[in-house]
Amino acid sequence: MSLATQPEVYTSMGLTTFEYELIVKLLGREPTYTELGMFSVMWSEHCGYKYSRPILSLFAKYKEAMEGDGLENAGVVDIGDGLGITMKVESHNHPSAVEPYQGAATGVGGIIRDILTMGARPIAGLNSLRFGPIEPDGKTDQVIIDRNKFLFEHVVQGIGGYGNCVGVPTVGGEVGFHPKYSGNPLVNAMCVGLLETSKITTAAASGVGNPVIYLGSSTGKDGIHGATFASDALDDNNQAKRPNVQIGDPFAEKQLIEATLEALETGAIVAIQDMGAAGLTCSTVEMASKGAVGMSINLDKVPMRERDMAAYELMLSESQERMLAVAHKGREGEVLEVFHRWGLNAVVIGEVTADGQVTVTRFGKVEAKVDPKLLTDHCPVYQGVEEEPDSFRKAAAFNPSNLPNVDPHQALLKLLGAPEITNKRWVYEQYDTQVQTQTIELPGDSDAAVLAPRGTKKGISVTIDGNERLTTQHPRRGGRLAVVEAARNVACSGAMPTAVTDGLNFGSPQNPVSFWQFAEAVRGIAEAAEAMGTPVISGNVSFYNHSDLGEIPPTPMIGMLGVIENAVDRLPIAPPAGSELYLVQVPSESDPHLGLGASAYAAVVCGVEDGYPANPSLKGEKALAEFLVEAAKRKLIVSAHDSSQGGPAVALAELALKTGGLNAELAGNNPTSALFGEIPGDVVIGATGNAEEIETLAKSKGLSVSHIGKASGSGLTIGVGGKSFKWNLSELKESYENALSKIMTPH
Amino acid sequence: MRVAVVRFPGSNCDQDGLYSLRGIGIQADYVWQDDHSLKGFDAVWIPGGFSYGDYLRCGAMAARAPIMDEVKRFADEGRIVFGICNGFQVLCESGILPGALMGNLRQKFLCRYVHLDRVNTTSPFTQGVTKTLRIPIAHGEGRYVADKDTLKRLEGEGLVAFRYVAGPGETSEEEFNPNGSDNAIAGILNPKGNVLGMMPHPERSVSETLGSTDGLQILQALKLVGVA
Repeated sequence: MSLATQPEVYTSMGLTTFEYELIVKLLGREPTYTELGMFSVMWSEHCGYKYSRPILSLFAKYKEAMEGDGLENAGVVDIGDGLGITMKVESHNHPSAVEPYQGAATGVGGIIRDILTMGARPIAGLNSLRFGPIEPDGKTDQVIIDRNKFLFEHVVQGIGGYGNCVGVPTVGGEVGFHPKYSGNPLVNAMCVGLLETSKITTAAASGVGNPVIYLGSSTGKDGIHGATFASDALDDNNQAKRPNVQIGDPFAEKQLIEATLEALETGAIVAIQDMGAAGLTCSTVEMASKGAVGMSINLDKVPMRERDMAAYELMLSESQERMLAVAHKGREGEVLEVFHRWGLNAVVIGEVTADGQVTVTRFGKVEAKVDPKLLTDHCPVYQGVEEEPDSFRKAAAFNPSNLPNVDPHQALLKLLGAPEITNKRWVYEQYDTQVQTQTIELPGDSDAAVLAPRGTKKGISVTIDGNERLTTQHPRRGGRLAVVEAARNVACSGAMPTAVTDGLNFGSPQNPVSFWQFAEAVRGIAEAAEAMGTPVISGNVSFYNHSDLGEIPPTPMIGMLGVIENAVDRLPIAPPAGSELYLVQVPSESDPHLGLGASAYAAVVCGVEDGYPANPSLKGEKALAEFLVEAAKRKLIVSAHDSSQGGPAVALAELALKTGGLNAELAGNNPTSALFGEIPGDVVIGATGNAEEIETLAKSKGLSVSHIGKASGSGLTIGVGGKSFKWNLSELKESYENALSKIMTPH
Repeated sequence: MRVAVVRFPGSNCDQDGLYSLRGIGIQADYVWQDDHSLKGFDAVWIPGGFSYGDYLRCGAMAARAPIMDEVKRFADEGRIVFGICNGFQVLCESGILPGALMGNLRQKFLCRYVHLDRVNTTSPFTQGVTKTLRIPIAHGEGRYVADKDTLKRLEGEGLVAFRYVAGPGETSEEEFNPNGSDNAIAGILNPKGNVLGMMPHPERSVSETLGSTDGLQILQALKLVGVA
């Protein structure tokens, strides 16, 4: 019996007996050891989407792309002027749990190559991070808190270390904390690229006899089986999996970006793909499969870091900073010249063949010969079982008046100092936010990052938002809310929400409750994306996010792209001192939980995670975005900031810190709900006149607008139902500006 | 005036430098590190970034690139040589400027706006500066250090170009001199005043859209310089 046929071998690679038997049936013979490895990575959830595929077909654009051949074009948004934007999110959760610096760094590197492979120059990076508590919460052991801080610190350093060096500005992001992330932090990296729409590349190999060229760093024994690792749960043996984590070389990546873009300009390249998850396997198999051709690969020619590498190791290594290209026969020299000038490997390792098989040889022996379609199109698809948990039904009965009574003065200060809400300056100052000199709204200055790419007057607005608290309590609404929140953020920067990329982080799809969370959240995202006119153009699914501490909260992250017709019309969050303030609201069904269900107020101030988040009005959110964009364009308003975590009080405090002083009067007779209720669609706008025009425009969009106060005085004063609450500037500052660096700076 | 923007592998503020110069009507073109001639150029711009990945020591590898012989010749001949961020590190590593750039005080990369006062008033780079400048930094190793004698000489001979100063609301030195540079030095000149190395990025502050135009006060100075 050969090694490959032994159950302990294929199960250790992550394959089930059913899957193994299917492989034998498809091949009509037993697989070789190398073939088995190739199947195991291509059929992992990370590459094969075997549990998520049926649900992801809810995304119309995905479905179109999966069924047709427009996969490449599907991921590009045409912004006019011959330019397009491409963007994608990728998770690197498991590697970051084991080796936070390299895990995060290679996450950034990987997503940059995903963008580069489209022929786009990467122009911005964002990230969405989740960790366990980083300060004592009365429940978490100090050892775990210290570990969480260590992970947070080194993930941020890894993102900066890679992104800063590679010269792609990290322009935005978010960080959240919850005890359930202690064993399994989340690190999702997003990259945005700019391309000329006439120059979109393809990954489909073609042209029998065309040379296949290996580009970039040498292959080592690192990251073998990374994709399988990503599709498994974390346990006590995490540390033993360190060899599964890849090591990043941002310097090589910078050369790879320049060399790839320059080589593409020569016109000598037929097709190109990055070597990401599953390395040489994925790139050869997918390029051959997409082009319906065969490919012969001589592994002896692959640049290696160690000579004694077996075919299996070469095919499964996830060494970083590598690409695979097919060139026009006879023009390969042009590609090699460019890469050699940039100091990178460029070696012809094979050619496109007519036999429809990917044939891999090592030392003259055929180690794998397989129809690539078996690997890409025959991955079994499983229909997960959905089970609504009891807690979901119980949460409907949440009564906000049962929340403990807390002095609003203290409550706001507590919210402003909570790590998930507080100023993230400690994080984003470690990122180069400005390299490429196209960033025109920096982190903290606008509700989304805004870039003004050279070559167009248009502006690009980008954000990434997740909301595990809301999705935990009501996955369907959580999915919707994640989309409308992201859309609202780009609209508050003056941009029309245009497209979505998502990072879907969930527990095991074999757990019916987790799968229900996943399916419901995706339904919510699909509904909202459809209603907002923002198609989901790309995304990533990360399952099996659980550890011995349990499953993570369901965490969909929404990356949103907005377009501003004229970049100079973008809006900051705060108006100049002296401006008038208005609250714009989306009319929606009244919320029985008063905006306090699943709220930051309930969780952070009261220690209660209960109730439902308010259901957003999708139609109203679309109208709100139109209002904000038009008001910005007509210069009726000078700032916009939405109320999200912590409600209007937090939003107003953030403005007061920018303007120096603010007085506002909020409607309603329940101060807790008025101050801290999270009603979707609440936006505070600033203006220096134009009251009538603002009102007329809002009415024409079916929105309500009310004058709530002025950016004046010193400190923050909010009146509600006849009561007045005051905070002075120094206490707001102490809570909001310094909380994170106090926690993270060693004393 | 035609400026050579020198590219090393890993330079990543090269295009920012090029476009900021072209944006104010200064002719600028790239020169590759392996070139041996700066013929046809009047000045040199050494951009920021991570030349050679900063893997050995910031700027150490780039300082030994073929083009640096020409850069040294330009420095000696009194032509303009302008090194920003990693470019400043390259100038120190090549011995064209004294001192060294060490890891930031808190050992973390920092990207934020800082405030600069000119100290020297006569160099081409500083003569056009009329106010406290608000310009960003973006570096992990920007703490300028030099031995006592060198510092004394720099201060005494007016070779400190820019010093970090407190901006609005900043009180402690750690806030306004965040990398912990000796004497809060942000940029220095060679004795002739034709070579400037500085950590902050004036090329990032060249338009209202980008958030500040203060960098122009330094870049415009290049326009005032006649062809050497």
